[in-house]
Amino acid sequence: MGDVSRRQALRALGGAAALVGARTPVTWAQARDPIVAGRPLVRYPQKTDLILLTSRPPQLETPMKWFDRAITPNEAFFVRYHVFPIPNAVDLATWRLRVGGHVDRALELSMDDLKTKFPAVSVTAVNQCSGNSRGRFAPRVLGGQWGDGAMGNAEWVGCRLKDVLAAAGVRQGAVEVTFDGLDKPAFPSVPDFVKSLALARVLDDPNVIIAYQMNGAPLPMLNGFPARLVVPGWYATYWVKNLSEITVVDKPFEQFWMKPAYRIPDNACGCVEPGTTPKTTVPIHRMTVRSFLVTPEPGTRVAVGAPVTLKGIAFDGGYGIREVEISDDGGQMWRRATLGRDLGPYSFREWSTTWTPRADRSRVMVRAFNRIGESQGTEPLWNPAGYLRNVIESVEYQVS
Amino acid sequence: MGRALVSVLVLMAATVTAVRADDITLPPDHPYGMLKPGTGSEVAQRSCVLCHSTDYIVTQPPGDQKQWDGVVTKMIKVYGAQLSEADAKTVAEYLARQYGK
Repeated sequence: MGDVSRRQALRALGGAAALVGARTPVTWAQARDPIVAGRPLVRYPQKTDLILLTSRPPQLETPMKWFDRAITPNEAFFVRYHVFPIPNAVDLATWRLRVGGHVDRALELSMDDLKTKFPAVSVTAVNQCSGNSRGRFAPRVLGGQWGDGAMGNAEWVGCRLKDVLAAAGVRQGAVEVTFDGLDKPAFPSVPDFVKSLALARVLDDPNVIIAYQMNGAPLPMLNGFPARLVVPGWYATYWVKNLSEITVVDKPFEQFWMKPAYRIPDNACGCVEPGTTPKTTVPIHRMTVRSFLVTPEPGTRVAVGAPVTLKGIAFDGGYGIREVEISDDGGQMWRRATLGRDLGPYSFREWSTTWTPRADRSRVMVRAFNRIGESQGTEPLWNPAGYLRNVIESVEYQVS
Repeated sequence: MGRALVSVLVLMAATVTAVRADDITLPPDHPYGMLKPGTGSEVAQRSCVLCHSTDYIVTQPPGDQKQWDGVVTKMIKVYGAQLSEADAKTVAEYLARQYGK
């Protein structure tokens, strides 16, 4: 590039920066959503415009428009960290995944080891924050006030956790496995983010993987480069990012992020009477069934009698979606939508249907059923931490 | 869209691609999370930002003194925030005043 064209490019870049600064900051749908209205769109490294929840530790929410497809692009994938500082550089020449604790042989695995010593497997799976949609709880609850965008679906490639554990040799008496990443609190008094899973949970499941690839590319730094745990069907709290240490333990691990954090009422619905405290709790685990109507976006003008194609996604905790239905009469009559391609039981399932607006029917509800018949309720369930939201969602259009 | 803008966007895309997965710089705390001014705001600012940006505070549901006492206690007891008793009281009262129901 010659001097003149470089200058032109720089000038143009300045112009583009001004353009970016001047663009409409939020979509109509975001502006009308009381939870995410007023939050700026920000562009972090390796990321496209995401809705800022918090700067530090960073929490970035995916705008709903990205859920018009089954796979969430890496640049649009939500971000959620618990402690700060977080790693902003990982040198693969020195990075090692340490596997130790109650094992026969402690391991220090390089990225090359992960890729060459263990078979690579692929799983398409939804990664959803336990507190996704917490902002919609009524009565409201403390915690990250997410809208519905703390979720995403990707094709993850990596090696099986069970293969790595077998290489280390799990000793008799082991009960759980803990996972730690490179995000480390600045002060020793702040609890480090470490999670645990029962050995029985991970040894039985060939889909629990140490992923080093996301949608065909290395993981973005903010989504866990160079490797993260993938626990298909379970909430994202277990999907430890920037993974550095796996430890097999011979007694239950109950540090802060397992207890008292990330727990749900110990009953079938994971819920209690709004405003009350559960007597006993268990660690959050499998995701509930959810479905969203994504396009046209809320508030879109639609004409009476003119058919519109409605599209969205549905998912559950690993049984797979059997059916998606819509209703435009407040849930009295439900009509089946057409399901898109099946990318496996852990994935978003696209759905679509044609809907013909009537003057007196502007609100469209959507609900899904999974393959064991679980579905969504008409009334939201409540728990004090704001987890497991899966009430039937609806979208209001402007019918004219 | 003009050709100049297209080439700029291509150039920007190239810049984004060039960022290595293992080397990112995070932006500073966003001003949207700035604390409201008022008695105690300096103590709150100084105490809280050691661990997190203040958008963690301003996005919470409004609450009474009991809620904010609970939050400050949790920050000290669970998250290990190092506040004197006097500062803790100042911060909790500031929060209840500015982010109350």
